[in-house]
Amino acid sequence: MAQVGAGCLILALATCVYGIGASLYGAATGRGQWVASGRRSVYALFLLAAAAFAVLEVAFLRSQFEFAIVASHSSTTTPPLYRAAAAWSSQEGSLLLWLFLLGLWSSLALFLTRRRLRDVVPYAQAVLLGFGAFFAALLVFAANPFETAALAPSEGVGLNPLLRYPAMMIHPPMLYSGYTLFAVPFAFAVGALVVRRVDAEWITATRRFGLAAWFFLGVGIILGARWSYAELGWGGYWAWDPVENASLLPWLTGTAFIHSVMIQEKRGMLKVWNASLVLTTGILAVLGTFLVRSGILDSIHAFGASTLGVPFVTLIALMIVGSLYLVVSRRDALRTEHRVDSLLSREAAFLGNNVVLVGLAFVVFWGTFFPLISEAVTGQKAAVGPPWFDRYTVPLALVLVLLTGIGPVIAWRRATWANARRAFALPAAAGVVTLIALLALGVGASVTSLIMVTLCAFAIAVALQELWRGTAARRAMSGEPAPLALVSLVRRNRRRYGGYLVHVGVAVLFIGVAASSAFQHAQDTRLQVGQSTRVGPYDVRYVRATSGIDVRAGDVERIRFGTVLEVTMDGRHVTTLGPDRSYYPSQAILAFGPVGRYFEGEATSDVGLKAGPLRDIWTAVQPDTSRLQPLIDKGDRLLERTASRLTPRQRSILLAQILGGLVSRYAQDPPPAQFRFLASPLVSWIWAGGLLVFAGGLIALWPAADAARRRARAGYAARVARELGRA
Amino acid sequence: MDVLAPLVVIALLGLVVLLVSAPLRGGRAEAEAQRQDARLADLQAAKDAKYREIREAELDYRTGHLSEADWRLIDRQLRAEAVTILRRIDELAEPDPRPAERGPQAASGRRGG
Amino acid sequence: MDPSRKRRIRLVVALTAAILLASALVYTSFSASSASVSPSGLLRSAGAGRTYQLTGKVVDGSIRRTGDRTDFRVRDRNGGASVAVRYTGEVPDPFRDGREVIVTVRKQGDGFVGERDSLVTKCPSKFSDKQQA
Repeated sequence: MAQVGAGCLILALATCVYGIGASLYGAATGRGQWVASGRRSVYALFLLAAAAFAVLEVAFLRSQFEFAIVASHSSTTTPPLYRAAAAWSSQEGSLLLWLFLLGLWSSLALFLTRRRLRDVVPYAQAVLLGFGAFFAALLVFAANPFETAALAPSEGVGLNPLLRYPAMMIHPPMLYSGYTLFAVPFAFAVGALVVRRVDAEWITATRRFGLAAWFFLGVGIILGARWSYAELGWGGYWAWDPVENASLLPWLTGTAFIHSVMIQEKRGMLKVWNASLVLTTGILAVLGTFLVRSGILDSIHAFGASTLGVPFVTLIALMIVGSLYLVVSRRDALRTEHRVDSLLSREAAFLGNNVVLVGLAFVVFWGTFFPLISEAVTGQKAAVGPPWFDRYTVPLALVLVLLTGIGPVIAWRRATWANARRAFALPAAAGVVTLIALLALGVGASVTSLIMVTLCAFAIAVALQELWRGTAARRAMSGEPAPLALVSLVRRNRRRYGGYLVHVGVAVLFIGVAASSAFQHAQDTRLQVGQSTRVGPYDVRYVRATSGIDVRAGDVERIRFGTVLEVTMDGRHVTTLGPDRSYYPSQAILAFGPVGRYFEGEATSDVGLKAGPLRDIWTAVQPDTSRLQPLIDKGDRLLERTASRLTPRQRSILLAQILGGLVSRYAQDPPPAQFRFLASPLVSWIWAGGLLVFAGGLIALWPAADAARRRARAGYAARVARELGRA
Repeated sequence: MDVLAPLVVIALLGLVVLLVSAPLRGGRAEAEAQRQDARLADLQAAKDAKYREIREAELDYRTGHLSEADWRLIDRQLRAEAVTILRRIDELAEPDPRPAERGPQAASGRRGG
Repeated sequence: MDPSRKRRIRLVVALTAAILLASALVYTSFSASSASVSPSGLLRSAGAGRTYQLTGKVVDGSIRRTGDRTDFRVRDRNGGASVAVRYTGEVPDPFRDGREVIVTVRKQGDGFVGERDSLVTKCPSKFSDKQQA
């Protein structure tokens, strides 16, 4: 089977190379059949990548350890769902996933535009197949997922237990979908620039793909933040880590692009800006893919000195040089007649939005790559930490939220003061009311939070007001009752009202971030059973210790040491939390001993979390296993002494008894444990805001049913006409 | 398994070649028809986009984001552009089935207004 | 003032503001950063009171936990030189012998004190060519 997989990859590479040639030949000679053949190469790429991916997945699901990466990333004790996800936890598997998704989205894009943009599409095809060829070549020559070992081990290393979390399973597919979807507008932009057909047509053809890319990338980022908060033992959701930032960069420029294309569609302006923005976004997407596996930056995620550095840097350099060349050499075609007439206009607001987003991207980029920059400038590698990032991103975020409130309401071209007064009266009032309420609640301690929440309230009020006015306008036009009018309003203007829902979601998310950063109560403390501590308004008591052994497929999956905590406020019971720590066995019996190895593999924290609409109570525990060490050593020695005298079955019974004894000893007589407590307000608003953003994104993405039906009917009618003409 | 694998790969190669060479085996008439199709599809898309612009402009006016004077100007201009597109679509279609073809388009055009 | 002149002024103002902000950004990044060093680099040229971002691998068997304090040694990725770090605060889950870590330290007397909660342990076994036991 491995050979079939490897064969598929070689075929995929060959198909991509052929497709590039066919598309370019078809473009040069004007012969559409060759372009069509090139398009079918993309379909073939998708099928071949899917086949290879299926082979890999089956190997993981069936725990076929003769596959080298199955042995190093999965085990029989890994639950089936996580075994499937383990496929992309490896370098090779993740590259194959990238190729598969590239094939999927490229095929979809080219299928939907198969009858359009005849001059642009061949070059877009060539670019997409170029990416395909690059990744296929990596898979064939540098990172083969189908390497087999002559002797298959009986048990695999297992999936890093930190990744055993549902959000982490789909985090990579979401991110990679985002990256590969950005390749589509990138490719079409390149094509449009090459043939100098730079009006809004290529944008409208690929607009949905840009929006979908933004959507998936956003989902991936939020899932990562959620995983960090709920699964890792530090209680935070964002650390400005280089790899987190790498995925944020294309998302920021992608958001700018989504907004600025509206100006090009409406007024034909900003062509150079849009082209540059989408090209930059594509470059940043590939950069993000590269950064995770490069090892060039110190990060919690960046791994391995990898051999893939040189090819990726070459590709990125090629993309940068090519993009610059295209934009500069086509700048006459990109010139526009229109200009921004007035600073008090929607064009200016959108421009401001773009400036802020690109500014944010610049700050994040600078801070992320600073170690390399400082090394180039001063010879010494230096890093900036989260405080530096916060210092610059927070003010920019404040301006962004302000613009989110101004943009939807202000008039096009030239707003008058009277018109502005009427438009902003209610939302400004909502902001003022919020401000007063916040001051009354004592939020004034943090000025930044005060301003942020006020501006968010303003932005939400604007979105709601727009919804109201739109419904009223729809009623005036169609006479429908209000609820129906609202539905048909949103249905007929999905992009606009989906967008407003996204604004609301972003505002809610920022409120959550502001509140949970500024007003968090944190406490690191050591507790013995029976002791209590105070965290903010809560009293937390360590009630008792727990322990257990989880068995799967006849083998020990993990050993758990946990705690039971009671949380009360003013004497009233609030919740019971049970944070614990799981210890996964290591395969290195020789290094750690037959008993010791169960405590020397990976360890994960199971966070105790009570989430609520107003406040989250979060806790993690670090049990002290040092007191068990002498018993573990005794068990190791006992097993080694009796090794020759016992049958394997007797040995495993003895081992089970030893482990069982250790585990119950811990629960009966636990040493004091190290706890971290966090009481943070409004953390749930972050996830709720994220959900609203995605709901809004889905609404904006959803294709309008009418247009599709109409297109189909017109297509048939044209075919009838054609065939009649031919007969 | 060792013998089967290369056979499977060769079969896949054959499938890919079949898939990819299909357009090359078609005739010249097919190519011309496709070109016609493409121009029509581009015009349809342009028409859809234009209708959307007209509707959005009206919504902007009714929700107070566009002054009446500006709206009338923009609306007139956009409708003129839409008429041009419709004319070009008609020119592309064959004369005989014109009533059948304009039917659904005109109706949807009015619905979109 | 005719519109094109107004536009030019706006452009100049905007560009000036952007350049000023960018300069502020660049300047503070150099002053607010901490040097990223390996243990041998630290041993060579650590100044008292300055903070450094120490990167390296945890020396096998060097981890000692007492209360909420963790003492361990960090060595060069591929070498022998190592430094002792005294660290208080949250210890990430993957922290153990042989793992690659990043910790912000400050020289204090003969040893180095880790800044609270600044310890980062790199996730192992993902994308690395070697198997992690």
